[in-house]
Amino acid sequence: MTNATTAPARPVMSAVDDADLMLMLTIRHFEWKLLELFAQGRLNGTTHTCLGQEYVPVALRGLLRERDHVFSNHRGHGHYLARHQDPAGLLAEIMGREGAVCNGVGGSQHILRDRYLSTGVQGQSLPVAAGVALRLKRAEPGALACAYVGDGTWGEGAVYEALNMARLWDLPLLVVVEHNGIAQSTPTSAQLAGTIGARAAAFGVDHVRSTSTDVVGLREELAPAVDRVRRGSGPLVAELITHRVGPHSKGDDTRSESDRAAVADADWYRRYPVGRAEQFERLDAAARDLVDAVADDVTARPPSRWGQS
Amino acid sequence: MRVAENLNLALHELFAADPELMLLGEDVGDPYGGAFKVTKGLSTRWPDRVLSTPLSEGGIVGVGAGLALTGTPAIVEIMFGDFVALAFDQIANFASKSVSMYGHERPMPLTVRCPTGGGRGYGPTHSQSLQKHFIGLPGLALYETTPLHDNRDLLARVVGAGEPAVLFEDKVLYTQRVLTDGVVDDLFSYDLLTPDVARVFVDDPETYDCVVITTGGVAHRALAAARSLLLEEEITCLVLVPAKLHPFDVGPLLPALRGAKTVVVAEESTAGGTWGAEVAHRLHRSLWTTLRGPVALAHSADSVIPTAPHLEAEVLVGASRIHRAVVEAVRG
Repeated sequence: MTNATTAPARPVMSAVDDADLMLMLTIRHFEWKLLELFAQGRLNGTTHTCLGQEYVPVALRGLLRERDHVFSNHRGHGHYLARHQDPAGLLAEIMGREGAVCNGVGGSQHILRDRYLSTGVQGQSLPVAAGVALRLKRAEPGALACAYVGDGTWGEGAVYEALNMARLWDLPLLVVVEHNGIAQSTPTSAQLAGTIGARAAAFGVDHVRSTSTDVVGLREELAPAVDRVRRGSGPLVAELITHRVGPHSKGDDTRSESDRAAVADADWYRRYPVGRAEQFERLDAAARDLVDAVADDVTARPPSRWGQS
Repeated sequence: MRVAENLNLALHELFAADPELMLLGEDVGDPYGGAFKVTKGLSTRWPDRVLSTPLSEGGIVGVGAGLALTGTPAIVEIMFGDFVALAFDQIANFASKSVSMYGHERPMPLTVRCPTGGGRGYGPTHSQSLQKHFIGLPGLALYETTPLHDNRDLLARVVGAGEPAVLFEDKVLYTQRVLTDGVVDDLFSYDLLTPDVARVFVDDPETYDCVVITTGGVAHRALAAARSLLLEEEITCLVLVPAKLHPFDVGPLLPALRGAKTVVVAEESTAGGTWGAEVAHRLHRSLWTTLRGPVALAHSADSVIPTAPHLEAEVLVGASRIHRAVVEAVRG
């Protein structure tokens, strides 16, 4: 059993405003659309969906500012959409069509737009984010670098080199750990000794752990600690227990029926509509229509062009 | 002036000229000033721009890449070039890729300085010349300090190019003097064939029996070989020393190589997949019809680099090996 499946009984979720819910639902339908396009053989390469984790970047969005940098990883569609609300540019990037954010060169896991950057190698982004945080500390106090990592990423030495420097130099680095209890096919219990909290503590790095899947609640829990990062108190590790509802990539979910059922049971998408059917159904339909329209548009576009000059 | 002092001066000038420039490395702060004293005085003058770091080569190159991502030029010193292996991911999978993998050309002013090479008895993991492992990474430029270039110009060019670069600095060369005024010694003169390539010749740069192309770190050994070849074998060499190793552009060299019948590339790398092999390939494509035979390589043995001086000398390329390679190429 993993942390993801032993979370406590589900409280009723707080109401979120239409904009936040629309964003969560857009991410959900975007990811479903990708799996559908894959199944139809219309997508190239690979992709990693964030099904079940959509609320994390939406919650963070309420805590981040325009001047903050965001570093994402292989499972980054939600991070990108929460930052830029650009499903067409992202789908075009993933499909290599005209209008692609990075001309189709980077694809699903290598995207750069303004102060948003994703890379495909685990742990690699943390030292880079620390470097950006070093710049921000010197040139733009109050801004921070936010790096999303998974629980599996904590196997990489780069994480510790970065935490060490971030603490030594009091860098405004916010590490958001999307702890979904499984690294590809390996449960956390088989790949992570001790705890993330104890590892952060070993560096004297602040650590907040939350099992909330509630946008409003998460923001309230994280806000004071994020604010301390902005005020120069040094790095923060925000460990968010979450649920990877989908496979690691495509059709590679090796979890047992019961584990998958437990994860599905925790899914915000199932739990949120309780008592809020009107808002949910209205926006769910709107998000589905939006993503359908984006997909129709993007799939009809010509291939992207990459002019190396 | 010694090469290490020349590099130190180059860094001081760069820091004075660019208020954004930063430098990170292990033990680079004063009073220590770096394992080879190349950063001496910098942290005293610019304490907030010169950071002595933990032992985290991968981490500090990543931090440098993060600074460069924001447009802040960054220089990272790797204490011994061998340790750059620990930063290979950041160089190969992030810094060099970031200039193009996001679909648009993007500056990344990151320079990784690597004290390189053997001859000082530091043993197998502190004596290597790892240039070959970085050849052919798209977006990455490789340079090497030489005794024939003013490193103030070279470093300004490397950092100013705004692209990820690795600068190899031979550790023995640190202690040797920078040549000036076009004079090597009583027999040899030099000039800059291009801003990048220094040319050493006897009387007339157009008259020679063999061209020796070599890295900055091996330049003195190549010059010693050129001297013994002239005095003992009556073979005249033209020695070319490029400061930029990769990408290696043969175009500007072709006029000077018009009469070349034999070419030897000399480098300190151990055998196999070397920079010299890359240069030879590029030269073959341009000079195949005019060369007498294939470009010959002179390099270190296919071996770890031993610690004991007599064993190390057997492995590393020396003047005598270059001498023999030239004799074989010219007369073989």
